[in-house]
Amino acid sequence: MKNQHLYDLENESIYILREVASQFKKPVLLFSGGKDSIVMAHLARKAFYPSRIPFPFMHVDTGHNFPETIEFRDAFMKELGADLIVRYVQDSIDQNKVQEETGKYASRNSLQTVTLLDAIEEHGFDACLGGARRDEEKSRAKERIFSVRDDFGQWDYKRQRPEPFQLLNGRIQFGENVRAFPISNWTEEDIWSYILQEGLELPSVYFAHNRKLIKRDGQYLAHSEFVNIVDSDEIEERTVRFRTVGDMTCTAAFLSDAATVEDVLKENVASKHSERGARIDDKRSESALEDRKKGGYF
Amino acid sequence: MNVELSSGLKAKRSNSLKSLYKMELVRISTAGSVDDGKSTLIGRLLFDNNALTKEQEELVAKKTAEKGWDDLDLSVITDGLVAEREQGITIDVANMYFSTDTHKFIITDSPGHVEYTRNMVTGASMAETSIILIDARKGLLEQSYRHFYISHLLRLKRVIFAVNKMDLVEYDQDRFLEIAVEIQRMVEGLNAAVPYTVVPVSSLKGDNVVKPSENMTWYQGKTLNGLLHETHPDISESQPLRFDVQHVTHSQENGFVDYRGYSGRVISGTVSVGDTLRVLPSKKESVVTEIRRYTETKDKAISGDSVSISLADEIDISRGAILVHPDETPEPQQTVKATLVWMDEKDANVGSKWLMKAASREFPVKLQTILQSVDPTKKNATDNKNVIALNDITEVEIRLSQPGYFDAYETNKKNGIFILIDPQTNNTVAVGFVKGE
Repeated sequence: MKNQHLYDLENESIYILREVASQFKKPVLLFSGGKDSIVMAHLARKAFYPSRIPFPFMHVDTGHNFPETIEFRDAFMKELGADLIVRYVQDSIDQNKVQEETGKYASRNSLQTVTLLDAIEEHGFDACLGGARRDEEKSRAKERIFSVRDDFGQWDYKRQRPEPFQLLNGRIQFGENVRAFPISNWTEEDIWSYILQEGLELPSVYFAHNRKLIKRDGQYLAHSEFVNIVDSDEIEERTVRFRTVGDMTCTAAFLSDAATVEDVLKENVASKHSERGARIDDKRSESALEDRKKGGYF
Repeated sequence: MNVELSSGLKAKRSNSLKSLYKMELVRISTAGSVDDGKSTLIGRLLFDNNALTKEQEELVAKKTAEKGWDDLDLSVITDGLVAEREQGITIDVANMYFSTDTHKFIITDSPGHVEYTRNMVTGASMAETSIILIDARKGLLEQSYRHFYISHLLRLKRVIFAVNKMDLVEYDQDRFLEIAVEIQRMVEGLNAAVPYTVVPVSSLKGDNVVKPSENMTWYQGKTLNGLLHETHPDISESQPLRFDVQHVTHSQENGFVDYRGYSGRVISGTVSVGDTLRVLPSKKESVVTEIRRYTETKDKAISGDSVSISLADEIDISRGAILVHPDETPEPQQTVKATLVWMDEKDANVGSKWLMKAASREFPVKLQTILQSVDPTKKNATDNKNVIALNDITEVEIRLSQPGYFDAYETNKKNGIFILIDPQTNNTVAVGFVKGE
């Protein structure tokens, strides 16, 4: 039996990917090695098969990624045969374009924006495909499928173009670019169901494994050289998994025995934590993500 | 790494996850005025369907405590942007997602103010059903007429009038019936063919949203949630075939020799291998040799499917071409009559020029005639204006620089729509619904 709602979502995403390939001169797919970008890459493969995916992939590497993610990324790209561009936040730091945060909660997550905007300008990308989903966070719920950004990458929700009947208008002025979101209407549950249905592989951190952890403010962080450990932190070893693969400095681990995609799905249905709950940087304030988005963050 | 679709997957599925595999994807639009409790209604729908995350539940508890309310403040779930939280209103179109055992719902919530008509049209454009909220104390407002007119203009499959805040009118059946009569008059006044249902609810207290009301035993109908579950996706298989070519796929890779596929979406109807298709605008004909979706080849594709079609003959086909069955070829219009919903701050006049985007086609057009403006509230006599302004609904005649090949929206929704783009600002300035002759 065909999974009808996933099939419908797939139809919609393929339509959007083909619009991006046709309407823009130089699109790029932003690839983090996380499950959403893996699903997007798979959809892109379906949209253009049997030809190659007609745009390169780009990863903005904060240098604080899980090593498992980077290893997976490189293997995945080799298999897919797509071009991968990597740009490093470390380079932006070395060039004094951004300042490394200090202190207990230091994270490179918000620094990525500068590296991303520089890379867009360097390559002249006019469209960036992103794996953002509207169910992730309240301000994402209002994002269009095509989101026009000015020269500074800024998002202005008042300037959003209406998209009746999903007729997508990608016309832009010189210097502007568009962020395009083909999986806008997918939920976390859809993503996992689709990964199961399509038999997609994921980085191992998504599944239960033993890990050395830092317990801080009631949450677990992966133990790594990137986290500034303070006296109140407790070091423990536990069986955990991660629901997202952001930076090691700001991605919380969950105690879990879910070792397969199916286990994860069951556990997600049973528990009800939203996945952004595991992104510590969003908890800085109620409008944290919206503020970062206005400044050009994905 | 699985490049091929894995054949062992079916065996991996267990019964406990079965429900994930048979859900229908249904889109609903909601619209309502500032304070008629729309955010609370959606919050209630999610809460009673057990669809809130733990974080959302905590937020509700926190905000409720801050306000010192006896009832839960469920409105905080949907008010997304800072500006909205500050002003306490919903400005833009927001999308929410929840699923039950049988349905996955996408709720598109748009604001109720008159000045946001454009958002309402956008929000409702993909929907099968709309929910129009009415405050039981106030009855129909100007905006209720506007919402209903838009649902009628969009030819939605069903409109549900949720008469809310019944707790504030002592759950009075007579008050409900008064409003039901008002609604009936409105529907008859528009000569509208949209099926509708009226349901009395209290989203604050939870009556008839998901749980049947104990306070309104006089109401024998379904709850709002029950009505939503009667909704099914809109698949127009029986209509004439309209296939929109988005992209031409050439390949010598993956074991293919000179592969050429016309990639796009079936806008309406059905296409099968062996069918003779006519290509518009060139009018050349050829036979379908293959319908492909990734590694899978199919006998047929139906409305909504994203596929690649290969033909027996080499014909020059590029983005924007339409594939149809020869005996169901649409007329090549030079002008179209349409109802325009104007979405831009800048006004339009006779002679204004734009780019029209219909499916993958984009070409210049010109406003030839303003036929009449429509007042959805029917309060003002329709006058013939020379200017079209933001949120106006206007019947017009547009001259096309290329043949149109539209169907009337009334008979084939997805081939009866277009947007207009201002070539100077690149803004999407209007959506148009093609009228029949």
